[in-house]
Amino acid sequence: MLLSTVNLSKSFGGLMAVNSVDFSIKKGQIVAIIGPNGSGKTTFFNVVSGIHRPSAGKIFFNGEDITGAPVYERTLKGIARTFQTTTLFSNATVLDNVIVGHRLRTKTGFWDVLTRNRRFKEDERKCREKALEVLEFAGLSNLADRPVENIPQEARKRVAIAMALATDPQLVLLDEPAAGINFDETAGITELVRKMQKRGLTVCLIEHKMQMVMNLAEHIMVLNQGMKIAEGTPEEVANNKVVIEAYLGSDDDAEDD
Amino acid sequence: MALFTRKNCPALALVILSLILPLVITNKYFMHVIIMGYIWAIAVYGLNIILGYTGQTALGHAGFMGIGAYTAGLLNLKLGLSFWPAMVLACLFTAFLGWLAGIVSLRTRGHYFSIFTLCVGVIIHVVITRWDDLTGGMNGLIGISGPPPAGPVSFDSLQAQYYLVLFFLLATIFVAGRVVNSLVGRTLTAIKTSEELTEVLGINTMKNKIFAFVLATFFAGLAGALYAGYIKFLGPQMCSVSMTFDMLLYLFVGGNGTIAGPLIGSLVLSTITESLQVVQEYRTVIFGPILIVLIIFFPRGLYGGYEILRDRIRRRLPAREAPEGAKEEVC
Amino acid sequence: MDLFLQQIINGLTTGSIYCLVALGLTLVYGVMHLPNFAHGSLYMMGAFITLTLIKSSGLNYWLAMLASAVALAAIGIAAERLVFHPLRNAPHANNLIAAVGLLLFLEGLAHVIWGPEFWQLPTPYDRVVQFLGLTITQQRLFIVAATLVLLAGLYLFLKKTLVGASIEAMSQDRKGASLVGIKVSRVSMLTFAIATGLAAVAASLAGPINLVYPSMGHIVILKAFVIIVLGGMGSLPGAVLGGYILGLAESMGATYISMAYKDLIAFAILVLILSLRPTGLLSGGVK
Ligand SMILES: Nc1ncnc2c1ncn2[C@@H]1O[C@H](COP(=O)(O)OP(=O)(O)OP(=O)(O)O)[C@@H](O)[C@H]1O
Ligand SMILES: [Mg+2]
Repeated sequence: MLLSTVNLSKSFGGLMAVNSVDFSIKKGQIVAIIGPNGSGKTTFFNVVSGIHRPSAGKIFFNGEDITGAPVYERTLKGIARTFQTTTLFSNATVLDNVIVGHRLRTKTGFWDVLTRNRRFKEDERKCREKALEVLEFAGLSNLADRPVENIPQEARKRVAIAMALATDPQLVLLDEPAAGINFDETAGITELVRKMQKRGLTVCLIEHKMQMVMNLAEHIMVLNQGMKIAEGTPEEVANNKVVIEAYLGSDDDAEDD
Repeated sequence: MALFTRKNCPALALVILSLILPLVITNKYFMHVIIMGYIWAIAVYGLNIILGYTGQTALGHAGFMGIGAYTAGLLNLKLGLSFWPAMVLACLFTAFLGWLAGIVSLRTRGHYFSIFTLCVGVIIHVVITRWDDLTGGMNGLIGISGPPPAGPVSFDSLQAQYYLVLFFLLATIFVAGRVVNSLVGRTLTAIKTSEELTEVLGINTMKNKIFAFVLATFFAGLAGALYAGYIKFLGPQMCSVSMTFDMLLYLFVGGNGTIAGPLIGSLVLSTITESLQVVQEYRTVIFGPILIVLIIFFPRGLYGGYEILRDRIRRRLPAREAPEGAKEEVC
Repeated sequence: MDLFLQQIINGLTTGSIYCLVALGLTLVYGVMHLPNFAHGSLYMMGAFITLTLIKSSGLNYWLAMLASAVALAAIGIAAERLVFHPLRNAPHANNLIAAVGLLLFLEGLAHVIWGPEFWQLPTPYDRVVQFLGLTITQQRLFIVAATLVLLAGLYLFLKKTLVGASIEAMSQDRKGASLVGIKVSRVSMLTFAIATGLAAVAASLAGPINLVYPSMGHIVILKAFVIIVLGGMGSLPGAVLGGYILGLAESMGATYISMAYKDLIAFAILVLILSLRPTGLLSGGVK
């Protein structure tokens, strides 16, 4: 198991946003988390990536307990993520955004930048090469020098993924990578996720677009009101009574495909 | 000859200009004004690192400059240390206190951080004002000795003082420039834009913010020590909150988050103040609204405005936008 | 024991002033998310306007105070329109810097108009009274009483009037408030007017026992910031409570600990508390 959570819970005041969730991701898999709005999907990511401390439970990554580790340490260990509302460094170009993504794998410090020694040059080169490589991978090479403010939404989504990839992750958590983009663009992102898997990455995505989820995921977890109500292959989940009820019960209008 | 590239030309021209300046200016008072402008600029470069590049609105900067000045002054007066070791120790001590203040204050965010650091500045000022036995209180410290001769070079004349301060100013700009044009600088700017995203990208933001804060206070300490060695008198007024506000003014007028901003702001504002009688009288009445207008229309100050203008002109003249090679062209 | 009581009265007096200043600051912060560093200079302007009205036109203390409050409310509205409104969507450091610009301007203006001298505001309540066996100036009692009346008035205004309710609603949730149709711009102006008006009254009350001079706002505003951080930025009860607590802590500290470092008490408390709880004393702690 690459990642597993045991009895993971997060409460905000009285609200149990994530409630005793046991979940595991095998290496090399594409898995998906689905559920109605407000069911705790993003909160689950936030707890796994360390932005929120869990109220209870444990998180293991490669068998190591990372429950108390700070955010940046988890990324160093190999967990990368994107945000639901695409977050990028504004006032900077696509390339600059992605270069920072590889900073964590470099050791350049004050002394190195002062003397511009070998390590400095080596690290600058490493970051640039890595950035160009993941931009190529994400199909963004032609946008490298554009400021991120004036590229289309789909490209922004790709930049966010490219930044995550630049961290040299093992596991990538994608929070609604296809929200707010059209049908063709969604197909493009689907393709990209598949390419990531071929590269040996493990991907966990949250998505409301069922077609994309059913198409990509080998394993799906369904959350409702913070609780895991079902899990299994796409067919199993699609035919699960409890799941169907949960979706019908909540007037979920975000499901637009 | 990487030194003489087109990119470096303006900078090099300015360095040469600053070197011959004392030969051109004979007015002693004006020399003094420029020296003071340089000293402030050094401190403002520190502020620029933490505020301009890292986005942490630290408001205790004059306090740290005061620490540097008083440390240098006291080491000289009470322990008889000469200027050079006193200056080194003053910088290190200020940076050490900056580190201490940084590890507690940087845990707070946004406005809390500003208010916290403001209070740190006030505490430093009040302690310096009230601790009569050590700092001389309101009377201050008198008779600090300036730098002793370094070999054949004596620092008695105004010109020599000028070159001394200029040397440290150039060193400061060099260090600041190297830091911001590097992965370290990229990291700081990333924190300014989004701390959360930076952290998620695997960067220990706290460690980087502390680094920026320590570097900022180090420059403040350096400016303070130079101030002590140049003015030779210290009063608590030099580290009051108003001085921090003055530095904010220099930074934002010159260009917050730009490499030339601190120098432009400090120099332009202090020379205008000192050379125009009207301005001297109505200094803040004039500069206050200027600051407001700049922050509304040109948040990156004069230099930021110049950059925008320059880029626009370059885009109009595509002929000059030659490929990479042009940057290396000899000038 | 007498000394102790005397210090309580003194503490309540300064606490009252702190309260009024901190209330304005926290109101503006709550509604506009603006740490208004210029609030102290607006306070200073209030004192000078009252002083000028009394000295030059021989206006009575009360009327002068009232006129000053009105004048300051107008200045507050102008400041909101000209300075802070254009910056409402800018990064948070920018409006802070703009506030510093306003502070520099107002202080410079005071220097130009009234000079750097120290003035004393005349008051009709300058006699000394015997109260519970203590000797107190009438002005101190007057400050305490006037503050209580103002607090009650503000409370009624916020709770019982529609306009007041919209201010409260906005300070709780700015976005939500604009959704339910509250005119954000108008509420911002009104908030500024109330805050600066209160500052003018506070300064006119304090004028006779403290001195009036261009930088008189510095220390007051700094302490008001400490108070609202302690009381929770944007919280009105927090500002009132914090104001009195700080006033009392200072007068006790000055008597029983150290007069020279009295002004440090507030800042030391703040540094201590933010070191232990980086998000403030009253915040829930959930990000
Ligand atoms: N920082 C927070 N503070 C308080 N409550 C929160 C916080 N973050 C999330 N919540 C609450 O937790 C619940 C789960 O929210 P979450 O964002 O995880 O849902 P989601 O499944 O991602 O929904 P969506 O599909 O709309 O993105 C919601 O009720 C939300 O209001
Ligand atoms: Mg979500």
